Amino acid sequence: MALKDTEKRELIVRRAARELRDGFYVNLGIGMPTLVANYVPAGMEVILQSENGMLGIGPFPMAGTEDADLINAGKETVTELPGTSFFSSADSFAMIRGGHIDLSILGAMEVDQEGNLANWMVPGKVVKGMGGAMDLVASARRVIVTMEHTTKTGESKLLKKCTLPITGLKVVDTVITELGFFRFKTEGLVLEELAPGVTLEQVRQFTAADLKIAQGVKTWQN
Amino acid sequence: MNKVVGSSAEAVADIADGSTVMLGGFGLCGIPENLIGALVARGVKGLHTISNNMGVDGFGMGLMLEASMIASHVGSYVGENKLLEQLVIGGKLQVTLIPQGTLAERIRAGGAGIPAFYTPAGFGTVVAEGKETREFDAQNYVMERWLKADFALVKAWKGDRHGNLIYRKTARNFNPMMATAARITIAEVEELVEPGQLAPDSIMTPGVFVKRIVKGEKYARRIERRTVSRI
Repeated sequence: MALKDTEKRELIVRRAARELRDGFYVNLGIGMPTLVANYVPAGMEVILQSENGMLGIGPFPMAGTEDADLINAGKETVTELPGTSFFSSADSFAMIRGGHIDLSILGAMEVDQEGNLANWMVPGKVVKGMGGAMDLVASARRVIVTMEHTTKTGESKLLKKCTLPITGLKVVDTVITELGFFRFKTEGLVLEELAPGVTLEQVRQFTAADLKIAQGVKTWQN
Repeated sequence: MNKVVGSSAEAVADIADGSTVMLGGFGLCGIPENLIGALVARGVKGLHTISNNMGVDGFGMGLMLEASMIASHVGSYVGENKLLEQLVIGGKLQVTLIPQGTLAERIRAGGAGIPAFYTPAGFGTVVAEGKETREFDAQNYVMERWLKADFALVKAWKGDRHGNLIYRKTARNFNPMMATAARITIAEVEELVEPGQLAPDSIMTPGVFVKRIVKGEKYARRIERRTVSRI
């Protein structure tokens, strides 16, 4: 389990990419979720939404062709693709709030066993704001959290109850970490798959939340 | 019908101390940089600003912060500005953070004459504290009020003397709603064209919403995060 941070991220992101489906409209959060775009399966068309007002985000531009009027929600320069559209922030959040975005993938500081998410206020730091996170998690058709399983000091980020101010109440559908693939079901938080090389005991050891284990839980192959 | 004013300075000349001002833009993209410059030059104080972000140190609304012009601010994310942190900690600036979609819709509602609406965003969080909540079809919602302003400063790509506006790419963002939600909307444009040169089907903000239009004197077109492909 001595994975480097970059290896952990790649493992998580590749598994998350397998939840994409052809024709999906997807919003990717800043940071690790953005990397999911690099692993869209061949032959699949996925349209990325950026909440600042763009559908159809292309790759970063070639040096020298950056356009100050063409950025993603992380304020990074991006490009258009054939079929790209631009719209206002009101239209952007209408498509989010209206349930037209199939999938929202975002990071988290804490997720608890009720499916509550905390990802906008860092303890001891000046509050920077929630941006579009509260709107996205309240209304996307499915919310996937990609995060490292533990904090830098080794504490579980999957908790019985969130300790930080929450971003959304009972909004998370799936959590993917370097240890496993978890889903919120009526019976509670269920471990559905183990990450490669990880044992059930390891997941239990590093998880503070009450955990159900799916019958015949298997290891995912990336 | 001629809403054209000669300079950014002239366009903002009547913005008084203590006014409520909306400013378009997302990050540094699509911000009214010339109108901000003119406001800073005038040294207006005690403004109540509404804008998604607050610029960066040394550019955009960051210049207004440095000139101590802002008393309070409503936005969704202010993480790019170090001076702002100091002002908030020192109690010199009151910042209200709300979900970005709620911000966009409150402004849209303000312009459309809708005093309140319900949204699921923020239900069960600090954002909903003190607000009316209500259940519709087994889902919980928070009531949010409209937002209006004395002035809206917006940035468009092209405009004509009627005030018709066209925005470019993601520089549209909050500008179209803000243009509708203020008593006096001032638009700065990169290109001022003759009526008829903008195809009627392509106009994004109809001129009725705009009181003044000015050709921006100079555009830095600053990029906040320059990211490029290597291959």
